[in-house]
Amino acid sequence: MKIKALLAGLAMSMVLPAANALAQDEIVVYSARNEHLIKPIFEKYTEKTGVKVKYITDDAGVLLEKLKAEGTRTPADIYLTVDAGNLWQAADSGVLQPLESEELNSNVPANLRDPENRWFGLSVRARTIVYNTNADVADKLQSYEGLADENWKGRLVLRTSKKVYNQSLVASLIASHGEEKAETIVEGWVSNLATAPFSNDTKALEAVAAGIGDATIVNTYYLGRLMKQKPELPLAIFWPNQKTDGVHMNVSGAGLTAHAKNKGEAIKLLEWLSGPEAQADFAGLNMEYPVNDSVALEPLVQSWGSFKGNPLNISVYGELQADAIKLMDRAQYK
Amino acid sequence: MTKPHLLLTFHTFRPDGWQLAACLLAALVAVPVAVIFASLLHPEKEIWAHLGQTVLASLLTNTFWLCSGVMVCTTLLGVSLGWLTGACSFPGRSFFTWALTLPMAIPAYVMAFIFVGVMDFTGPFQTLLRTLPGFERTIIEVRTTPFIVLVMSLTLYPYVYLLSRSAFMSQGNKLMEAARTLGLSPWAAFFRVALPMARPWIASGLALVLMETLADFGAVSIFNFDTFTTAIYKAWFGFFSIQAAAQLASILVLFAMMLVLVEALYRSRMRYHGSARGGSAQTRIRLTGARAVAATLFCFFIVAVAFILPVLQLIIWVIEAAGNNSLPNYNSEVSRTLLLGIVAALLTCSAALLLSYVKRTSPTRGNMLLCKFATIGYALPGTVLAVGIFLPIAWLDNHLQNLMEVMFTIETGPILHGTLLVMLLAYMIRFMAPGFGSIDSSMQAISPSLDEAASIYGIRGLKLISSVHLPLLKKGILTGFILVIVDVVKEMPITLMTRPFGWDTLAVKIYELTSEAEWERAALPALYLIFASIIPVILLIRQSEK
Repeated sequence: MKIKALLAGLAMSMVLPAANALAQDEIVVYSARNEHLIKPIFEKYTEKTGVKVKYITDDAGVLLEKLKAEGTRTPADIYLTVDAGNLWQAADSGVLQPLESEELNSNVPANLRDPENRWFGLSVRARTIVYNTNADVADKLQSYEGLADENWKGRLVLRTSKKVYNQSLVASLIASHGEEKAETIVEGWVSNLATAPFSNDTKALEAVAAGIGDATIVNTYYLGRLMKQKPELPLAIFWPNQKTDGVHMNVSGAGLTAHAKNKGEAIKLLEWLSGPEAQADFAGLNMEYPVNDSVALEPLVQSWGSFKGNPLNISVYGELQADAIKLMDRAQYK
Repeated sequence: MTKPHLLLTFHTFRPDGWQLAACLLAALVAVPVAVIFASLLHPEKEIWAHLGQTVLASLLTNTFWLCSGVMVCTTLLGVSLGWLTGACSFPGRSFFTWALTLPMAIPAYVMAFIFVGVMDFTGPFQTLLRTLPGFERTIIEVRTTPFIVLVMSLTLYPYVYLLSRSAFMSQGNKLMEAARTLGLSPWAAFFRVALPMARPWIASGLALVLMETLADFGAVSIFNFDTFTTAIYKAWFGFFSIQAAAQLASILVLFAMMLVLVEALYRSRMRYHGSARGGSAQTRIRLTGARAVAATLFCFFIVAVAFILPVLQLIIWVIEAAGNNSLPNYNSEVSRTLLLGIVAALLTCSAALLLSYVKRTSPTRGNMLLCKFATIGYALPGTVLAVGIFLPIAWLDNHLQNLMEVMFTIETGPILHGTLLVMLLAYMIRFMAPGFGSIDSSMQAISPSLDEAASIYGIRGLKLISSVHLPLLKKGILTGFILVIVDVVKEMPITLMTRPFGWDTLAVKIYELTSEAEWERAALPALYLIFASIIPVILLIRQSEK
């Protein structure tokens, strides 16, 4: 029975175009944010408004290329992705359109959205320092820049430079110090490494917990996830740069596509996503920080305390991303 | 007067029809490759200069060592295991015959993650080691070249194993007996008779291994091991230059083309026509005593390391991740995955059979190249090939829609993309190599005198294929079929990019969870994926044993 239905489905999909993508009251989202983080939220929206949300997930770069190739014919109304660099690239290549919305403007702080309103941050991802509580680091921990000091020799653990989060971090170093000084800092990091860079934040955290190194730089929600599984790990958060420019802030966010078919409904969805009802889930499901400060924090996130974030407009990460990658290649940060 | 003339045209037209179909197939493959090559028209000088000055040298060295290491290891493993199960008899042989193909079901990225998870500093192995006296400060670096070679070889050796095994089986033992009668020791007979005869099969197996290694991104990125493919991804996802990525990819294509040319030249000097009779129980080399034990232990060790242990680790993760929660159900993903695999394998193997037939009936240099060209998609990183496929489809689709609007004033929505047809075509373009490799190797083993005999009775074309070739090709086709199904089931980037709404497969689920490093949660869909590809493997191996 099931196989029959499946075969019928197969036959249909072979010949029938995805024409129903054009149906009214349906919003199509291209999302680089994972299904399990968006599905419950979209389901809630459908339940509330009756508007269906269809989505397809893939890498940010792939989805962007897809949008470009589809041009005016794209079925997508919204492009949703992680990292400000990715959002900036999308805006820069012309697949997003500016939109005027009082609600979005008041819900999303100005430094967490595009100056031209082509995209809006929807959750904040703080990239901070996590250290081993058994290590003697009290006087050594101050800032991202400080991790390049001699006294960190053989004690630093990092994730690969290929991850966009580190590219954005280095972009913000370039923005505050200029390229030359930023390069010296990254070179310092590389010479302080305890082991070759890891492919993900979780592995870097585990290495610090095992005492391979004393500290690492990660997005806070990776620590949150790990601590929920293994609360006994000797790991704690340190908020760096509190006396200078503040903690490095990144976002996951979204924008309206340039050729959205269902513009009105798409804007309503974006507004709802930035509102209090969705924000708790949008950030909470992944233990991120909401962009909308009227929303309460997830309890574990709350326990990490408050911090000063870098007020820099995050679109800078996109502008400086290529420079950051080149810099890291020169510094032999793998 | 007219009758012979008609006959003549009929006779000359016939091969042309096949030729035409083969050319069409090659053209289909050519489009995405051409899209990628077109990027060379606008060189991204700045990115090239940057890569050249900073990372290119180390990327090339890394890639060289990775490829050489994997080729050496897969040859050693694949040929020795193929020989043992194909030509010898020892306790457990019939079990190992199919068990040794199982590691193929584990995608390299899953294997790499399991290996790093278990063996790295923070994994159970080294954590335990540090509790032993004298080892408290021991740190073993496992994210290094030898270990990535090991991991990739353990998932890729089945390609060489399957093909060399079917070579040894189709040789029959008459040759070995003749060699022994002439006074050669068993080892000498193997190295001087059986092995040289099996070279085309081993070579096609190795070509697959090399292409997979070159195209791999998943496994190397888990090791944070920089290869040429890494540079392609850096150009695309880092510098957001699909142009530069495509340019780098065209170098990979050029390299793969060179490789197949060298292989074709080397192979054209040899002809292989075996008796196509399998080694039956009586003619196998019977291993006894210590040798039999050694053979059994060796096979068991490989199955354990490459399959049983990794699967056990996945099961442990599933149990850990489950806790008290109920496990999600992936039934519909499993059926979609299998269905796509089977349909794509049917399509690919039919196309491969056609190419192989054309190559056989008119073995011109042009046709040789045509076939080689049609298999090139395998050497491209999946994501790059996916773009090469997607761009022309989207272009065509936009124009078709404009046409519909202008001519019939109908708003159709996407006509081609977002349909399964595109997805299946993409799979075919990508996986022609494994399908064609095994079918064509078997085709070469059929003596041309058979065709000549058949043509005396007027048996040509489809009739020749169906009544003469197909029965003899059964093993080759089955092997190709398994390889393609398993590859499709594991495939990630093309599936992600071309799937219609709602057609999420197991690989998509794994991608979802692993893109943010939630590997423990991905263990369940990974297990499903492994078991989904095992079903066809076991069924078909059983079939081929008969």
